[in-house]
Amino acid sequence: MSPGSGVVVVGAGQAAVQLAESLREAGFTGPVTLVGEEPRPPYQRPPLSKEYLAGKVTPEDLVLRGEWFYADRGVELLVGRRAVHLDRAGRRLTLDDGAVLSYGHLVLATGARPRPLPIPGADLDGVGNLHTLGDAQELRERMESARDVVVIGAGFIGLEFAAACGARGVSPVVLDVAGQVMGRAVSAPVAAHFAERHQRNGTRLLLGRTPVELTGRGGKVGAMRLADGESLPADMVVTGIGVLPNVELAEAAGLETADGIVVDQYLRTADPAVSAIGDCAAFPDPRGVGRIRLESVQNAADQARCLAAALTGTARPYTTLPWFWSYQGDLRLQIAGLSTGHDHTVVRGEPDEGFSVFCFREGSLVAVESVNRAPDHMAARRLLTAGIRVTPDDLSDPGFSLRTQLTRAAAAPARHQPRNRGTPSGTGAA
Amino acid sequence: MPKVTFVQPDGVETVLDLPAGSTVMRGAVAAGVRGVVAECGGNLMCATCHVYTVDGAGDVFAAMTDDEDELLDCTAAPRRDTSRLSCQLGLTEGMDELVVHVPGAQT
Ligand SMILES: Cc1cc2nc3c(=O)[nH]c(=O)nc-3n(C[C@H](O)[C@H](O)[C@H](O)COP(=O)(O)OP(=O)(O)OC[C@H]3O[C@@H](n4cnc5c(N)ncnc54)[C@H](O)[C@@H]3O)c2cc1C
Ligand code: FES
Repeated sequence: MSPGSGVVVVGAGQAAVQLAESLREAGFTGPVTLVGEEPRPPYQRPPLSKEYLAGKVTPEDLVLRGEWFYADRGVELLVGRRAVHLDRAGRRLTLDDGAVLSYGHLVLATGARPRPLPIPGADLDGVGNLHTLGDAQELRERMESARDVVVIGAGFIGLEFAAACGARGVSPVVLDVAGQVMGRAVSAPVAAHFAERHQRNGTRLLLGRTPVELTGRGGKVGAMRLADGESLPADMVVTGIGVLPNVELAEAAGLETADGIVVDQYLRTADPAVSAIGDCAAFPDPRGVGRIRLESVQNAADQARCLAAALTGTARPYTTLPWFWSYQGDLRLQIAGLSTGHDHTVVRGEPDEGFSVFCFREGSLVAVESVNRAPDHMAARRLLTAGIRVTPDDLSDPGFSLRTQLTRAAAAPARHQPRNRGTPSGTGAA
Repeated sequence: MPKVTFVQPDGVETVLDLPAGSTVMRGAVAAGVRGVVAECGGNLMCATCHVYTVDGAGDVFAAMTDDEDELLDCTAAPRRDTSRLSCQLGLTEGMDELVVHVPGAQT
């Protein structure tokens, strides 16, 4: 970083706020500026599709950090301003009001935006998506009077929205072109369990069905037509069909993009003065091959921590274990690791009390998905982080417990401990 | 209005007047108190809102649930008898002066 110049962050979301916090914690004293196009100070997105829609929290409850945070740490927060041009040679960022900010290091934390629905009628009144607090406010208002709610996309956001509808006495229809809910993000046993619960709670789930058109009268949506000819009444349609990373600024500045802004394991682009973190960053998968992009609070926050360390002189590669949660009605899903490409699963626990699905790829444990079983999740995170070996054979032992495995590994960190059939599962948790 | 004092590991204190109905975690986050990360926003998913209450505070706050108990086994800083997750510490009208200690690490 050139002396006397500061860090400018484009995007004032989860990643940006954590970066500012971690920079100051690490003793960085230069100027830190966050630029965000949304009209309000940074807030949390996860509750938008959960507690906020269910009417359990107010916008004030969603703030990521209060005003004092920025003032106290000397972080300049510019909201309602969009970065429109990046001049890398001159190290200058231009905002939509013409202001120009010089930087020593520029961080792209631009996040992602909802994928537009590629069918006719997507622009009708009553069709919306759920990404910002503004979107959630609009949906919450519409829910008051909606009769026929249709959700396109049975991913995390679509299903969370469906559960929130249920909490408000509205039974939605949820449709997806895929044959299982939550796409390939979860294993088949978890998908099946969630599908069954949503249906039991009154959601009509249409899997393997394709919407082809939304129709309406007077500019307002009234129905959804499917490829097989069926037509469903719909006076409110919410789409949750994935997101597209916000890469335009980087692309126009000549930086490489490929489903995200391409960065190395230190989260740097090819320009040593520009990094990218959070939902917009495509980084090398430390546990696999190729590049991945993750959409989670954990990834945004941990990448911010990693980058702050690098910018203050202690660069380390980004290797943090991914973890994720979703909350749908009374189902709490927590995922440790990435289950992509798993070829074997072992289920432990009972559907009604909580269970965990252990996902293996070529004999190695790659992810653990826990439903209403927080202790498994926390133990799994530690096991996977430490690279402690767990085999399908271990799991077939009724006495096996993740915690015992952890304790045993801690006692002898260098060796893989042989399974001990005599060990009782201390907590009875796994 | 409950008055909550947050004590940092180095002894620095922040005193906040917080509204009843809120939680210790929300108050800390809104004020930007160092050391309360609260990554999951109060959903009992992350254990990054860990605090130490003072001895005897167990009677002031609602008892901990099994979920909280289990998450507390996984905090970044060591668990103590006084450990709680601050998102589960609801503030009520009757509370007067409360003190919580922020641990040195949350992640
Ligand atoms: C409804 C919903 C529910 C979710 N639930 C969960 C969950 O349960 N668990 C979980 O782990 N994750 C969840 N997520 C995902 C999580 O919120 C994101 O992964 C996280 O917010 C990513 O942080 P970020 O900083 O990369 O991007 P964001 O927080 O999206 O911030 C990026 C910001 O940059 C702004 N921006 C973009 N371009 C510009 C520009 N040129 N100039 C200025 N500003 C710009 C954007 O407007 C945006 O405000 C959810 C997301 C949504 C939308
Ligand atoms: S904020 Fe995540 S457990 Fe309290």
